[in-house]
Amino acid sequence: MVNLTIDGRAVTVEEGTSILDAAATVGIKIPTLCYLKDLNEIGACRICVVEIEGIDQLVAACNNTVLEGMVVRTNSPKVRVARRMNMELLLATHDSECTSCVRSGNCTLQTLANDLGISDLPYEKRLMHDEWDKSYPLIRNNDKCINCLRCIQVCEKIQGIGVWDLANRATHTSVNVRGGMTIQESDCTLCGQCITHCPTGALRERDDTQKVFDALADPEKVVVVQIAPAVRAAWGESLGLAREDATVGRLVAALRQMGVDYVFDTNFSADLTIMEEGTELLHKLAHKEENTFPMFTSCCPGWVRYVKAVRPEFTDQLSTSKSPGQMFGAVTKSYFAELKGIDPHNIFCVEIMPCTAKKAEVAIPVMNDACGDPDVDVSITTREVDRMIRAEHIDATMLPEEDFDDPLGTSTGAAVIFGATGGVMEAALRTAYHVVTGKKPEPDAFSDVRGLDAWKEATYDLAGTPVRVAVVSGLANAGYLLDAIAAGEVEYDFVEVMACPGGCAGGGGQPIHDGEELAGVRGDVLWGLDHNAELRNSYENPSITAIYQDYLGEPLSERAEELLHTDHHAWSIH
Amino acid sequence: MARMHVMEQSETQAIMSSMHEMLEKRLSVSSLAPCPVEFTASYVAMCATQSCGKCTPCRNGLRMLRHLFNDVLNNRATLETLDLIESTARTVYLSSDCAIGYEAGEVALMAIRGFRDDFEHHVTKHACGFSQHQTVPCVSGCPAGVDIPGYIALVEAGRYTEAVRLIRKDNPLPLVCGLVCEHPCEMHCRRGMVDDPMNIRGLKRYAVDHAGDYRPLVKPATGKRVAVIGGGPAGISCAYYLTLMGHKVKIFEQRAHLGGMLRYGIPNYRLPREQLDSEIQWILDCGIDVELNHSVDGDEMTRLRSEYDAVYLAIGAHADKKLGLPGEDAEGVMSAVQLLRDMGDNNPPDFKGLTVAVVGGGNVAMDVARTSVRLGAEKVIIAYRRRVADMTAQDEEIAGAEAEGCEVMDLHAPKEVVVDENGHVAGLKVEPQIIGGLKRGRPAPRAAEGGDVVVPCDRVIVAIGQDIDSVTFEEQGVPCKWGRIVTDPDGAVPGQDGLFSGGDCQSGPATVIRAINAGKVAAGNIDNYLGFNHKIELDVELPPVQFKGKISCARCEMREREASERINDFDIVENGLTDQEAHQEASRCLRCDHFGFGAFRGGRVEQW
Repeated sequence: MVNLTIDGRAVTVEEGTSILDAAATVGIKIPTLCYLKDLNEIGACRICVVEIEGIDQLVAACNNTVLEGMVVRTNSPKVRVARRMNMELLLATHDSECTSCVRSGNCTLQTLANDLGISDLPYEKRLMHDEWDKSYPLIRNNDKCINCLRCIQVCEKIQGIGVWDLANRATHTSVNVRGGMTIQESDCTLCGQCITHCPTGALRERDDTQKVFDALADPEKVVVVQIAPAVRAAWGESLGLAREDATVGRLVAALRQMGVDYVFDTNFSADLTIMEEGTELLHKLAHKEENTFPMFTSCCPGWVRYVKAVRPEFTDQLSTSKSPGQMFGAVTKSYFAELKGIDPHNIFCVEIMPCTAKKAEVAIPVMNDACGDPDVDVSITTREVDRMIRAEHIDATMLPEEDFDDPLGTSTGAAVIFGATGGVMEAALRTAYHVVTGKKPEPDAFSDVRGLDAWKEATYDLAGTPVRVAVVSGLANAGYLLDAIAAGEVEYDFVEVMACPGGCAGGGGQPIHDGEELAGVRGDVLWGLDHNAELRNSYENPSITAIYQDYLGEPLSERAEELLHTDHHAWSIH
Repeated sequence: MARMHVMEQSETQAIMSSMHEMLEKRLSVSSLAPCPVEFTASYVAMCATQSCGKCTPCRNGLRMLRHLFNDVLNNRATLETLDLIESTARTVYLSSDCAIGYEAGEVALMAIRGFRDDFEHHVTKHACGFSQHQTVPCVSGCPAGVDIPGYIALVEAGRYTEAVRLIRKDNPLPLVCGLVCEHPCEMHCRRGMVDDPMNIRGLKRYAVDHAGDYRPLVKPATGKRVAVIGGGPAGISCAYYLTLMGHKVKIFEQRAHLGGMLRYGIPNYRLPREQLDSEIQWILDCGIDVELNHSVDGDEMTRLRSEYDAVYLAIGAHADKKLGLPGEDAEGVMSAVQLLRDMGDNNPPDFKGLTVAVVGGGNVAMDVARTSVRLGAEKVIIAYRRRVADMTAQDEEIAGAEAEGCEVMDLHAPKEVVVDENGHVAGLKVEPQIIGGLKRGRPAPRAAEGGDVVVPCDRVIVAIGQDIDSVTFEEQGVPCKWGRIVTDPDGAVPGQDGLFSGGDCQSGPATVIRAINAGKVAAGNIDNYLGFNHKIELDVELPPVQFKGKISCARCEMREREASERINDFDIVENGLTDQEAHQEASRCLRCDHFGFGAFRGGRVEQW
């Protein structure tokens, strides 16, 4: 143990504790800006500087450890001057048009500047006015970048890609796409993790909310909205709703209040995905010699982009099943349109996703199997739907709970867990078990692959056939798994990959809480919904039974192949 | 009113002088990775501060250049801007009235021409295209990438064995390097901005001198066999790492002992044989086979390639270069290589009472001169055609030679070996030189007025460089250029499957640490070639970093034994740091692996 004094208080902490953490143990909060625990401990912003008795220079509290007998001041005159002035220096190169910034009210820079009481700047603004293609789903505005370097770290360390790097040096140092490439030329998977780890508005998704408002204003259009599983676990966070009050029923009500014609559930098509993907897996397992294993899930568009850009040799091992969002769009503009007698060209299909990569997925040219138009017209993130609710001045706390519309609003517990890492795998195994054995599985028979571990694996016996499965989330972990497969160190039959750590619950389109990783908490909400669900297996969903009976025939039928499956080679990410 | 005043330095002038001194220090810590455009922009701006403002090209030309460079850096420039920069720089160079202007113009011109690609990258990509290697300065400066801040921290903590263990992750010859490394790391040491660079080599030697023994971890045997041709630093390093990776290595050495130039080039008084042998033996004890007195030529290399899974060719540069002067074949003329080889084989010639003329100005010239003193020569003259300041030998080597009584006869070009009637050396005829302008970066001498001088002497030792015996290998299809073996950047010999090469025979005569790096790189790539991917890992826990702030403390230097005493023996000349000095020195390290850019990138390479 190490004994020291912080602001006159005696502190005893374990050796190797940072000054920042040591101060926190006695309730002293040292402000931080660039710091992200375990990911970005680089002492760059110099906001967390503190004074140590006997030493002239100030030291960063975030990445320096306590020493025996140290006397630390976190608020000495020297510290005050330096902390404030470093903030002013950052603001001198920051576009502080907070009124028109998506992060206003949720910006660490703004909060800190306000905390420090900064009202006048001693420096003239020097902005760089870097160019950016604002039609791209990911937008970087370097006039708002404070060079915290978190985006570089999260992309390299968590996602294993390295889209971002330092461009230029010295006083012209900025963060940009590695090697002077454009973002389109890069291997960006559009996972959005750089956005959710950005402390300011320098990184954001392309805002597509106006397209939705335009469709709502168009009397010709029938606006159909689907809500993805993980959205229901997070949408209320930025609207002042307690987690237990932020039910999906209230979100349904909010969308109806905006004028949406049909509010459906992506969970329906998640069940459909299980029927198709599960059947595809069983078919492959039955013809083992003709197929290369493992088969990989394909519902995460960040992961699909990663495979195509970084590890194209695995493209043929991706399930040909479309993602639930895309299946939904295809079914809406065919089955549903026929059912309701609506001209599919007049349907405007919106998906609300915890995801930024979906914005690129809906724009894939071959995702137009229902009527020739894009199956899904617009993909908006959880953050965008929250902004729409605010723009409509809907008081989320006063919303009633409403049901989804029929028939694409019915789903099972197996679908809602798509939003958490391991969920797709578990859902697929439940149905596969039933297909193979004819029996209903025990509710939690396949729960070994739940949880936030980086790399989970299990082997299950399906009527005498051992099925080896693995689940990873975070693309760096996916990369390690692919390496191990390529090196012959591991062998699996079926692998679930989600680009974002913790799965869609931690998606790049979810509400942002600086310094917090909420995938686990949100995932627990989804596992809870599954636990309490009346039906827990996709094959039990009556709407699924109906669509196969009335329209699709059976999984992998010709019509199912046409509408619900895709050729991953038919497009390029660049 | 007084007619004149005595010149005194004003307070302002004193501050100005000290700022100049600090600037000099800052610049001497040559950064490895400034953006060429940033650097040029600031350089030209600094030059402009010296302008008196009288003349148009200097006053306004340098000012416009500064704006143009800023346009490039702020992404406002086009390719036409670059043409304008070039013509402006040329005009400043051509038409300025004094050196302040035309020298600044020349610098700007050199930059825009030499860095054209970098300027264009900025203009077209809005990013610096210079590869980003702003890592830990000393580590970046070390060819082998030794974890210098890491082992200095271990020395500071008194954990010497672990310090040596950490060094050996990247360099299996810490003892050798503690004694003779040219320490390019120190040139980059950021401490130099504060007061003086760290004495890194001194700390390495201290760690080695105080370390206990340990054995490295050898990975399970792979069954693969590798032949290493040449037992110098490159071959030994390659053999060491391959052995740790589990491969079976055999070194073929043409001489009676291992060490290559460490033994047959560097005299005992700089690198004592016993210590060298002990360090080599420690490496061999990992399980390396050796065949001494076995010269491998091209034919045999071909045979070894069929017998072994891979072959590493590291034959060094041991052939002597000739002066090409009349009388060079006379008795009493020898090459530095030959003398140092005799010394390495414990077969010293007797120079008692003789006058020895050494031709050359490099480290080897100093080595043979100082060896001659110790062999009893009455007088040793070092004849060199340029000035002392132009010698390639390290300053401390020149100073050492002079302290030991060697006479440096600079600005004298050898013209002929004067031979007596018995065919024996009688003297060296030299022609006085006058230094002239720069030629390929070095001042070129030419004949001065006045006649030739004959320096009477009994021995002439030629130390003007070494060549590589690569002919028989070339005959076997190994590509060579100017005698040097050509390899890919990974050390592989193109077109020769499983053959790798490195060290002096590939790079030309260079430093120990470069050869070590070559061996290390080859080991990693041979491992991959053999189908493995073994990692050499950091296996030492480092002490936590302590923040100390800026405390002024100058550098402790190593001292040498008194010249009058040391010329009588071949014992080591240099004394290591004392305990007090070593601990003070270690505490000066600024820990660039943790503070500054090291906190973000390049803090530590944990495995390779």
